[in-house]
Amino acid sequence: MSDRETLLDVNNVAMAFDVSKPWLNRVIEGQGRQILKAVDGVSFTINRGETLSLVGESGCGKSTMARLICGLYAPSRGSIKFDGVDMATAGSGELQQLRKRFQMIFQDPYASLNPRWRVGKIIAEPIRSHNLAPNRSALKKRVDELLTQVGLSPLDAEKFPHEFSGGQRQRISIARALSSNPEFLVCDEPTSALDVSVQAQILNLMKDLQREFGLTYLFISHNLAVVSHISTRVGVMYLGRVVEIADTRRIFSMPLHPYTQMLQSAIPDLKMTGKQRIPVAGEVPNPLNPPTGCAFHPRCPHAFARCKTERPEMLAHDAGGQVACHAVEEKRIPIRLMA
Amino acid sequence: MTPLLQVRNLRIEFPTRHGTLVAVDDISFNIAAGEVLGVVGESGAGKSLTGAAVIGLLEPPGCIAGGEISLNGRRIDNLPFEDMRKIRGREIGAIFQDPLTSLNPLYTIGRQITETIETHLDLTPAQARARAIELLQEVGIPAAEARIDHYPHQFSGGMRQRVVISLALAANPKLIIADEPTTALDVSIQAQIITLLKKLGREHGTAVMLITHDMGVIAETADRVAVMYAGRIAEIGPVAEVINHPQHPYTIGLMGAIPTVGEQNERLAQIDGAMPRLTAIPGGCAFNPRCTRVGDVSGNRCTTERPELLPAGNTRAACWLHATHKITAPA
Repeated sequence: MSDRETLLDVNNVAMAFDVSKPWLNRVIEGQGRQILKAVDGVSFTINRGETLSLVGESGCGKSTMARLICGLYAPSRGSIKFDGVDMATAGSGELQQLRKRFQMIFQDPYASLNPRWRVGKIIAEPIRSHNLAPNRSALKKRVDELLTQVGLSPLDAEKFPHEFSGGQRQRISIARALSSNPEFLVCDEPTSALDVSVQAQILNLMKDLQREFGLTYLFISHNLAVVSHISTRVGVMYLGRVVEIADTRRIFSMPLHPYTQMLQSAIPDLKMTGKQRIPVAGEVPNPLNPPTGCAFHPRCPHAFARCKTERPEMLAHDAGGQVACHAVEEKRIPIRLMA
Repeated sequence: MTPLLQVRNLRIEFPTRHGTLVAVDDISFNIAAGEVLGVVGESGAGKSLTGAAVIGLLEPPGCIAGGEISLNGRRIDNLPFEDMRKIRGREIGAIFQDPLTSLNPLYTIGRQITETIETHLDLTPAQARARAIELLQEVGIPAAEARIDHYPHQFSGGMRQRVVISLALAANPKLIIADEPTTALDVSIQAQIITLLKKLGREHGTAVMLITHDMGVIAETADRVAVMYAGRIAEIGPVAEVINHPQHPYTIGLMGAIPTVGEQNERLAQIDGAMPRLTAIPGGCAFNPRCTRVGDVSGNRCTTERPELLPAGNTRAACWLHATHKITAPA
């Protein structure tokens, strides 16, 4: 298998939630149904062994995307193919085989571990449910091995989650995710609840594990610095759509989409170079009633008539990657080179 | 000249059934008029408690067990409740992390702002309302005349935080305690709020004690920074010095642990272990079990004797290394 092989293929996926009021309210108040398009036509691929990050502000649909990929939601439209198998049409036996190959790490290490289970049982659960250990002693051995791999001690298997700090709990979550020998991990804001020094430990651990086991990551985060550190490619989301996707180096050295440029200039500058910020205007619009055309046009300094009516498609760019912006397509935006 | 705020040997304790927990242990710092002091540290370092103690809002059973807090030379940590109430809002304003919980959902924002103005300033209701509209315009709320009669839930997160800032500024205080003012906000909104805080601080000559875990926010906003660890100040100094030439091993580790855009695929420096629990603060320097430089100090001074803030480079660091020689910061 070549390392450029596609592992995950997301094609024009959409997810709509019905957030209407109850039927009686709708009749009395004369309102129609309200549909929230959390993800609206997203396509990307992830190659084996790489880390693709999705970044964006709250409400842009990045967590919904993570849940769709894990099969926690069924997409309203489009297809998600894992290793060539469409997850929507796969039979239950096939799906079970697939499930073993991808796992998820969640944001809140306090909410994602069962407080009444011992750590050993938490980590053993995926092994048990996929029948990956022939007997109890093999199971115990595997759990001990996993605990050691994530930097904990085999003795910790007897403890309960409340005995651990946030960073250690996230290590337990990672051990649980690794227990079924997955190839692909979906990490939804895995370090957002952690302090910086602990975040560094977890990011280093994730990189080490990726090297050791050849893991592929989908990394969801709002923190651009973390994303630039961990990923090989980055997709920027805005109001349910991917607006730019490219290699990490390109996206941070030469952001093309006005939203990417704005996000990047909003990062607080630790080096205190006194860089000129692009003035950040406005806020993310209500996703229940997104702007027509390009969803970013009300905040965009380069918007013109076409942006208000016609939705830009993702187009390949000479500099690499794809970007959905009329102004970029028409070469009306000066390219900003970042240091 | 007396500094605006003077904190001397502040000690905050929590008496529990299993003994007394010392959450903030003997810290001292000053804030000059118009200065922005950043207080940075990881969760449990005691930074928010320090802020709460200054404004007199320490939640029981937490209590100030020692030390003094003076504002403009007047001691404020032992004032009766009613006297402190007059200072709060009038002389010290506060901005908290979550703008949804710091505003009353049942009153319009106009009513909340005018209430503060009328409590502290001698103005008629009409004048107070005019001043409230002025404040809302100043913090960048569009159509302030109409928005003043709206309820908090009708505002977005960033707009709500602007309302909270206008509330903190309502009586023109000398000092604002801002506890994680941008943590609940998205990056683009965070940038707007940081810019606003800086601008207002400058225009009103207000000093700000900016409490946050985000070194980036400190770098953009503060004049000086105090790095806290396990209830103590590990290092304090001008912000550029602390960030570019940190002197305490903890600060050095912390700076290395922050990922920065553009430095890709390198390993982050990591400080092994975690901050000690309050029940088990190590003797001597609280950082010694995680410190890689313990061996560089002669004898077992790090584990037995607590270091004072010693001059180190252009900052002051609580580390015994600086009693003898300087340690070099990584480039």
